[in-house]
Amino acid sequence: MLFPRPVRNGPPPRVAATGAGIVTAYGSGWRVNAEGFRAGRTAFRPVTLFDVSRQRSKLAAEADLPDTLPPTRLPARQISRLDRASRMLLLAAHEAWGQAGWEPAEDLPLVLGTTSGGMLLGEEYFKRAVGSPRAHRGQPTRALHYQPQTQGRVVAEALGFSGPIIIIANACASGGNALGLAWEMIRGGRASRVLAGGYDALTQLVYAGFDALQTISPGGCRPFDAHRDGLSIGEGAAVVALETLESAGRRGADILGELIGYGSTMDCHHLTQPHPEGEAALAAMRQACAAAQVHPADIDYVNAHGTGTPQNDSSEAAAINRWAGRHAAGLPVSSTKAGIGHLLGGAGAVEAVVCLMVLREQWLPPETTVETPDPICRFPLVRQPADARCDLALSNSIGFGGANATLLFRRFP
Amino acid sequence: MNRVFVIGLGAVSPAGWGVPALRAALDAGEPLPIGRIERPGWDRPLNARLVPEPSPRPAFLAHARFRRASPLTHYVAAAALEALGGVQPLPPRLGLVVCLQIGCVQYSHRFYKEVLESPAAASPILFPETVFAAPASHLAALLGNVSLVTTLLGDPAVFLQGAALAADWLTEGRVDLALVAGAEEANWLRSDAIWHFDHGCVTGAGAGCVCLGLEAGASGGVELSALTGAQTYMSSISRGRAAQLMRSQLPAGSATELLCDGLQGCRRLDAPERAAWQGWPGPRLSPKRVLGEGLMAASGWQCVAACDALARGDFTGATLSVVGCNQQAIGARFVRSGGPFCLSCSPESPKLSAAGR
Repeated sequence: MLFPRPVRNGPPPRVAATGAGIVTAYGSGWRVNAEGFRAGRTAFRPVTLFDVSRQRSKLAAEADLPDTLPPTRLPARQISRLDRASRMLLLAAHEAWGQAGWEPAEDLPLVLGTTSGGMLLGEEYFKRAVGSPRAHRGQPTRALHYQPQTQGRVVAEALGFSGPIIIIANACASGGNALGLAWEMIRGGRASRVLAGGYDALTQLVYAGFDALQTISPGGCRPFDAHRDGLSIGEGAAVVALETLESAGRRGADILGELIGYGSTMDCHHLTQPHPEGEAALAAMRQACAAAQVHPADIDYVNAHGTGTPQNDSSEAAAINRWAGRHAAGLPVSSTKAGIGHLLGGAGAVEAVVCLMVLREQWLPPETTVETPDPICRFPLVRQPADARCDLALSNSIGFGGANATLLFRRFP
Repeated sequence: MNRVFVIGLGAVSPAGWGVPALRAALDAGEPLPIGRIERPGWDRPLNARLVPEPSPRPAFLAHARFRRASPLTHYVAAAALEALGGVQPLPPRLGLVVCLQIGCVQYSHRFYKEVLESPAAASPILFPETVFAAPASHLAALLGNVSLVTTLLGDPAVFLQGAALAADWLTEGRVDLALVAGAEEANWLRSDAIWHFDHGCVTGAGAGCVCLGLEAGASGGVELSALTGAQTYMSSISRGRAAQLMRSQLPAGSATELLCDGLQGCRRLDAPERAAWQGWPGPRLSPKRVLGEGLMAASGWQCVAACDALARGDFTGATLSVVGCNQQAIGARFVRSGGPFCLSCSPESPKLSAAGR
């Protein structure tokens, strides 16, 4: 029952990440992505997925997807209907599922964040409805698969589980909020394990939207650089298998890290611009730390939202400065959007997986394109590949419209 | 266990702006007149029940955030403000859950049309309003004291997932009151998509909103008693089976308990829900028959109509059935808690007509 909930006794359970799957412009899978993030490689290139000849900007971080999907329970006919976003989501979910070693089950919740769902199919639906209004072939399928709940059902069918599907659309904080809600569900006793993540494919509508706002950097984003000139759009997906530490221990699962804190706040300043002092981002970081009972001085690395727009980075830097206080000077911060761009609804989930990589492999992901750090940053920007002792990693997501999410991960011994 | 009460109700529908208009339409029981939406390339327009212009124009539309906002945002805000109407002063921590299936299709359609014609000239004003999170963002800015916000997507049963999330926030002490709104707006693309699944379906637009809280004294005399689990459709679980599983989690009903269902008069689409509720012993109310297929707005209307009818005192309980179109079936049950009537309710009791049943 969704209500009333079962009464939970005792302290909330600890939440372990036992599987992670990731698809970005670096490639598909943990290893290739870990190498890309560790080196701080940039993956921007001219857009090939749609016509950008009449746009101001021409670059994005497109993902090269494998020709075939891994074997799942999906029939070939259903696979043939999957759009780009669904394929990325399925690749990430399959990797997380396999890594976690989960078996098909009932009542296993799936929580996903997205801003666009199957927008590529929506665009195609529109073009056909206008261009060939009496040609209906394929339109019902496009209308159905355009909707993110269908993409969620595809994942469940493919991996053989069933349960509630929850789709969060809090703009660029969607992926972070999805993992956060999954964490709350496990801690609240509403589930013992949850598959959670975020995804978004590159679409013409969204690309043109950011281009219309003149927020896309013509040469590739440089988050927190004093001369930054905008964001870069990317695409991808990440999915994390979360379960109680007890469940993971009972199974003898390999634990990638613990999700120990989550903060979720609202910034009412403006639809497209954050509060200049980063009030909501600050509150989200404080909430996450309070939930985890840790202090900013304990944090070893911050994966910033860091889009590369002047407003976002100034606001977030102000928030990090205030949150960390005198400890800011020793707190390494970077934005991995410098390499793979802004994945919108997928960003928070992908960056959560980056934090798990950092904790697991003990390195910090650099922003190699930063030339002159913005003096507003009182914290050191990670600019060169480096090994580092890292026990606690924090990830920020700041959404269009004001939704903010912070996730806090701990290395598992 | 904390109890959760319905504090207020709000609605925008083809019947008009406000719960009284919704109630009057359902009371009359006659399907509202069908309007027309032009579809490019077709001689015959699509059927739809459109939301009339508000009269008088709501004051909140003068707020800076609402000058360029979509109709979808207007509907969400109007329903939410109505649901909060009797709450003074507003508590310091509000929660807001906005549920959408199609979302801001009017601006998305316009913006993408501009992109295809001349991308460099596409409007930077339109694009932000196409984002699913825009209605929640605008409403949060209008209210000013919203501490938790989320936008959920999915089929119409997501409205009850939203209610469950709001109930969690309340019972965990994270908010003082929580608004749950479901909304959709009219557009030929949306009607065209639905037409592919049922040529006879008449679309509707608007919003429904419930305000939930923990204080019985502030309630409208209605308590949330149960929300079933989400019965997700899978290849092994048909829509009909999911509807039956949903019903099996709710009490059998009685002659004095209302069933507010999602039947709309489309034989094929209605069949699984009709079969699941065969033999219901009490009266039935089917708002979509009167107002049209409003998708997420419709599940909002269902919830508002059920709670409104319950608050009038004619029933001992009200069961809500939302058998979504492509995701899940979820049911709910509300009971009378003995408190005062909703502030947004009129003194007249609803009279369920034949068409509404």
